[in-house]
Parts: sequence; C-alpha cells; structure tokens
Amino acid sequence: MNTKHILTATILLATSFLVYSCSGDGDKKETTEAPASMVEEAPEVSDKGIGKFQDVELTNPLDEGMIAEGKTVYEVKCASCHKLSSEKLVGPGWEDVTERRTPEWIMNFITNVDEMLEKDPESQAMLEICMVRMPNQNLSDEEARNVLEFMRYNDQQQQ
Amino acid sequence: MYTALGLGTFTILQGCKMKNAESVVTGNAAAKAYVAPGQYDEFYNFVSGGFNGQVSVYGLPSGRLLKIIPVFSVFPENGYGYSEESKPMLNTTAGQVPWDDQHHLTISLTNGEQDGRWLFANANNTPRVARIDLTTFKTVEILQLPNSAGNHSSPYLTENTEYVVAGTRFAVPLGEGDVPISSFKENFKSTISFISVDKEHGNMDIAFQVVLPGMDLDLSRGGKGPSHDWFFFSTYNTEQAHTLLEVQASEKDKDFIVALNWKKIEEYVKSGKGKKVKAEYAHNHLDEETQQAESKIQDEVIVVDHNELKGMVYMIPCPKSPHGCDVDPTGQYIVGSGKLAALIPVFSFDKLTKAIAAKDFEGDYHGIPVLKYESVLHGEVKKPGLGPLHTEFDGKGFGYTSMFLSSEIVKWNIETLEVVDRVPTYYSIGHLCIPGGDTKKPWGKYVIAYNKITKDRYLPTGPELAQSAQIYDISGDKMELILDYPTVGEPHYAQGIAASVIKDKSVKIYDINKNKHKYVTMGEKKAKVERNGNRVDVYMTAIRSHLAPDNIEGIYVGDEVYFHVTNLEQDWDIPHGFAIKNNPNAELLIMPGETATLKFVPQKAGMYPFYCTDFCSALHQEMQGYMRVSPKGSNVPLRFGIGETAPGVAAK
Repeated sequence: MNTKHILTATILLATSFLVYSCSGDGDKKETTEAPASMVEEAPEVSDKGIGKFQDVELTNPLDEGMIAEGKTVYEVKCASCHKLSSEKLVGPGWEDVTERRTPEWIMNFITNVDEMLEKDPESQAMLEICMVRMPNQNLSDEEARNVLEFMRYNDQQQQ
Repeated sequence: MYTALGLGTFTILQGCKMKNAESVVTGNAAAKAYVAPGQYDEFYNFVSGGFNGQVSVYGLPSGRLLKIIPVFSVFPENGYGYSEESKPMLNTTAGQVPWDDQHHLTISLTNGEQDGRWLFANANNTPRVARIDLTTFKTVEILQLPNSAGNHSSPYLTENTEYVVAGTRFAVPLGEGDVPISSFKENFKSTISFISVDKEHGNMDIAFQVVLPGMDLDLSRGGKGPSHDWFFFSTYNTEQAHTLLEVQASEKDKDFIVALNWKKIEEYVKSGKGKKVKAEYAHNHLDEETQQAESKIQDEVIVVDHNELKGMVYMIPCPKSPHGCDVDPTGQYIVGSGKLAALIPVFSFDKLTKAIAAKDFEGDYHGIPVLKYESVLHGEVKKPGLGPLHTEFDGKGFGYTSMFLSSEIVKWNIETLEVVDRVPTYYSIGHLCIPGGDTKKPWGKYVIAYNKITKDRYLPTGPELAQSAQIYDISGDKMELILDYPTVGEPHYAQGIAASVIKDKSVKIYDINKNKHKYVTMGEKKAKVERNGNRVDVYMTAIRSHLAPDNIEGIYVGDEVYFHVTNLEQDWDIPHGFAIKNNPNAELLIMPGETATLKFVPQKAGMYPFYCTDFCSALHQEMQGYMRVSPKGSNVPLRFGIGETAPGVAAK
C-alpha cells in the first residue's frame, strides 16, 4: 500500500464516521458471521500433533480387516501422492512413518490437516520440503484409523 | 478507491442536505447494502438470466454475484452441455438446443411457504421446465412440453408443489402443425400443462394438459389458503389475431384472467377421463450417483378439453391486455395488471366463489362462462402510474407493483387500495422481487427492481450494456434505495430466500466412495487407457498436482478419445480442469469426487499437450501431460503411464 492509498483509506474511514454522526443512525447490520478465520495462537507443541486424537489404542496383533479397509482407502485417496517405500513422490513415502510419528500425530494430520499445517511445527517443516499442502481427503475417523493400521502393516512388511 | 471516496462524500451531502433530482440515495443507504468482508449476505437471490438461458445467484443486500447456474444454455465455465455427462440435459425432440430464453423461477413450496429444496425454471422458446437441486445448485432435470410454444406462464406452483404449472404463450395447432396460419380460430389452441412433482425426489411428469380456446396465456399464479384449489392465468390476444398483434390484439377493452379449479380437474382426470394423445417430448434427468444425464423421449400425454370441464373453468374480465396475475399472501386477492391500463384491478376470491354460485355471468368465451367484472372486483387502485406489470407482497398488507412506462415501484394498501409510496427505478422496470413476496410468508425487508433499460447508469461499455437493478429497503414506511448494480443476462423474474434455509445444506464435495460413474477411476493405480476399435477410453485421475496417466502414445488420427477424468480430491473448493490442445469440443471442470468426460477426435498427427485449467496448488503449472497422435494405420503401440510407468522410463 503506497501513501496515496493510505491517505485515501483514512479519508474514507473518516468519511464513513461522518456519515454515521451526520445521520445519527448507526444501526448494526444483522449479517451472519462467516466462519472465524484461523486465529493465531501459541501452539502447544507435542509429538501428538493438534487435533482430537490424544490417545490412540493400538491393536496387537494387527487387525486383518482394518488393514484391508485401510488399503482400499489408501488406493483411492492417498496413493496418488504417497508411495509405500521410502521414496518421496508428491508427499513423503510411507516406509517407517509409524516409527517417525506417533499414532496420534498421524491421525490428527490425516483428519485435521489444515490446522496442523497452520500450527504444528513438524507439519510446517514437511510443507517446506514438499511445497504442496496435503489435501484434506475427508476421511472419517474410522477410515483414518484403518489407514494407520495399513501403515503399521506396511512397516512390518518393509522390515 | 476514488469512486468509493466520491460516493462517501456524496452520501454526506445527501444525508445532511435535501435530496436532489439525481438520486434518491439518503442517509445510511450505503451501510444498509454493505456486507463486510468475511460476512455473508442475508438472502440468496435467484435471478432468471433471460436471453442467456441461465440462472444467476446474487447475495442480498450486497448485490454480489455468487454463481451462474447453467440451465438451458451450454456454459463454457464448467463444461455444461459440452461434457458427455451433461450433453443429454439439453436434448429435445429437435436435437440438442444449445441456447434458450429463461424467464421465470419458483422455489418449491410446502404449505405455501418456501422450503428451499428445488428451484424450477422455464425455457420460453423451446418449451421446457427445469428443476435445480438447491443442495448442489445443479440442474438435475429438464422436461420438454409438447403442444406448447413460448412457455411463458411458467413455472408456477400449487401450494405444496403438487404441480408445476406451465401455460403456453402462443396458441398452436395440436399435433401436426401443417395448417394455414389463417385457420387460427379453427385450429389453434392454448394448453396448460400440469406437471406432477414427486414429493421425495422431485421427479417431474406431465400429469395432464388442459386445452383452452386459442389465445395468449401470459402469466399465472396458484391460489393460497382459501383459494388453494384454484389457478389463475392472465391472457391477451383474446381477439385471436395471428398477425400484427401490436394493434389487433389490443382492440378489446378487456381480456381475461382464467380461473381454473385444478383440484376438480385433477379428480376428473384421476377418474379416468381425459384423452391419451400421441405427443413426443424429451425428459432429461441427471442421475446424481452415476453423474450421467439421460434423455428419454416420451410419446404420450393426457389432454382434457375445456368443454368437458363444466364448473371448473371461468373467465374474469380484466382491463387491457393484462400481464401480471398475482395472488396476495392471504390468498384472498388476485391482482391483475393491465399493461396498457392506468389502473390496477384487484379481484376478490370470496366474490369470485359467490359470483360463480350465483351464476353471475355476462356471457361466454368459446363456451367458458365469463363472470361480471363488477361482481368479482374487490376494487381498483386508481392512478397508480403507467403500465403496471407485476405485483409482489410484503406480508404486512401492502402490494408493490412495477410500472414499466412510468419507471417506478408503487406501494399500495391491499384493503384500502390507496397508494402510499412510490420510488423511481432506473429505467423501465420489468419484474420486481421481494424475498418470498409471492408466497404465503414473505420475508419482506427488500424489494429489487429488474430494469429493461440501463443507458447511463454505469460506465459505458459500447452498445451492449449489462442490465441495471436497484435494491430498496422496505422495512420502514417508505421505500429507500440502497444499491444500484448491474446484472448478467436479462433478468425477468427472481426469487429471494433467507440464506439460513439453504446454506447449511449446501454440498461441499461429492463423496468419491459413492461415485457410481461408469468410467470412474478409483485411485491412481487404476488409471489406464483402453482401446476398443477406434474408441479409446482414458481413465484419468486428477489430484494436486498431476494427471495420471500423463504420457499417452498409440492414439491414431480419427480415434474417438474419451477422457474420463476423476477428481480424487475430497476437499471443498478444489476443482481441477482439463483441456487438450486443438480440441474443437471444449474443456472440463471437475468438482472433488466427480468424474467428467471430454470427447476428442484428433484430426492430425502430432503432439497434443493437455493440462489442468483450474489453479489448484503451487505446482498447478506442473499439472500437465502429453498425448502423441500418430497417422492412422501406423504401428505405434498403445502405451501410457506416469513417472516411472511412463512409456520409455525404466522403473527404479
């Protein structure tokens, strides 16, 4: 904004104030609030990430049904960008992801990606490497949990 | 910036000094139309596009254009009418009609109040009625109307959306039309189509058509409350002229409003009466699961002649070529608007039923009893202005009538018929709209003027100008101009509805797991190219930011290549586009979770780059690929892939 614009804006502001004081009618608009934009808050940094998953219960041994469901979701919604090896495609490869991240962080990142990219330093570091925001692929909690199971299975296979 | 500054200063002068002749903007008018950044409008305003064949959606009171919904015309912005999925929507018995004329809109009703489920729209030229789903803002059904021409008094509803009603403007010969034009009186008929609407899914069907003597049916409205069983149609050219209507259809002092008891006619038809006749018409439907539109040609309708409908159809004399025919929120008053008259006649439904019971007739029109004007009249609004066209209501006992010739909106008291306020419009107003102003429960608050002449309202843009509209605040006793803004196409009628009824039901994405498209690609792993003779199907996926496959070889000149592009995104507002060089067809825009198909028949060998046309990410510019086209008969094998699977790239 150059000085001319600032000046104009100032005059405008003053003018609209004048209009109000002049007409003596300062009625408020009844308009619906748009969703509040992301407010800057000091993030609570934790290896669990940011989101509703703070205590994910793990299966032992792995659940075959969940693995199969997770694989289906992977192929439709994730495989375009993530390989199962360590090779980075658009996003990082999934090999060892369950070693690098907590189960909570993974599920929060899948289901709450916009807030994570906004506040979580680990997520932001990944964005700087990949340069593409991970899309919110609208996974249900159950789908996200199945994907986590498939990731754990994938990591067992790679060993 | 400077314009805004000017406006601000001007507003001060207006607010503190007297009004001048140049503007009626007063006080805090600008603040009343101002919706702050990040805030939402209070109303959706669905506005007919007139000669552009589409429907546009604005926010009120800001006048911000939110969307154009393609309905009766192809639309380059999103591939409507170009994609293989949407082409059948524009099919008619005369083939694909790419551009029609869209005049009137009605939001579906429950108990006479807007329920916000569907929006019905008419095509005036090649008679059709469309249904738009207000969760997706997509045209999902189009029904062609046989035995009709100039589908003008359409689409208007009964109180519970039992029927969408559509009257023909041009009287036409039924069936084969190859008769002398001069045989109008003998051969030409007017029809009114009653289209049933499935309560749950909204599917339309022509239930029956009422055949009336030849005349022009202009506009119509369903009754409400006490007049629930009735429908009213204004008419002109009851002189039955077939040439120089400007003079010959304006000879009689009075034309008519047709009052028709649809409830009794419905019973009559349900009892097995009426005649099935051959009549071909297209019925097009978008299957929201397969995402594919289908066009079926139907071949029969039930018609019922007015001569059979004794005691169900009457004529009310109405001065001078009436246009609007509007029913007030109580259902008690029917307002006629003689476009050449200098008064507004208001008829009383109570008096109508009494006059019918007393057989208070002054004669008949081709066998239909004509009621005595005075017996049915509640009263006349005297000297309201010149050229009354349409009336909307605020639910507080007032009517608001647009005056074409004197360029103004006139507010009047329905009971006393006194004019209480008037405001100029810029210029030559046609339709007007109060949100819900045609229903039992108007939302009130604003009236919008849709004008026919723009002239000097905005910066000039050559001979062709946008249409001008004005918004007036009607919450007080006096109408107050708060905004003047250009509109696209040429708006005729419009509908306004509180945003709260619709906005939370608005669909954000299509669930990829529910995508039942015949050519969906469920994940990049399934992306492939299949050849079958000279037909090639490309199963392609799109996600930020690559198309798969992005290298394709083994396509020959003259092949019919279908790109079925599935957008794998599941995030709101992440569409992808698809365009391929030298395609004389068009492009695609694909919403998240959707599959869309673009046909391409390459005419020359060469390299054909393709790419995403909708800016999707920082690497959008990288979202591109190549298709190699070889001469017919060459032996380049069909190969395709992306990354390490691309032809000629060795896997790591």
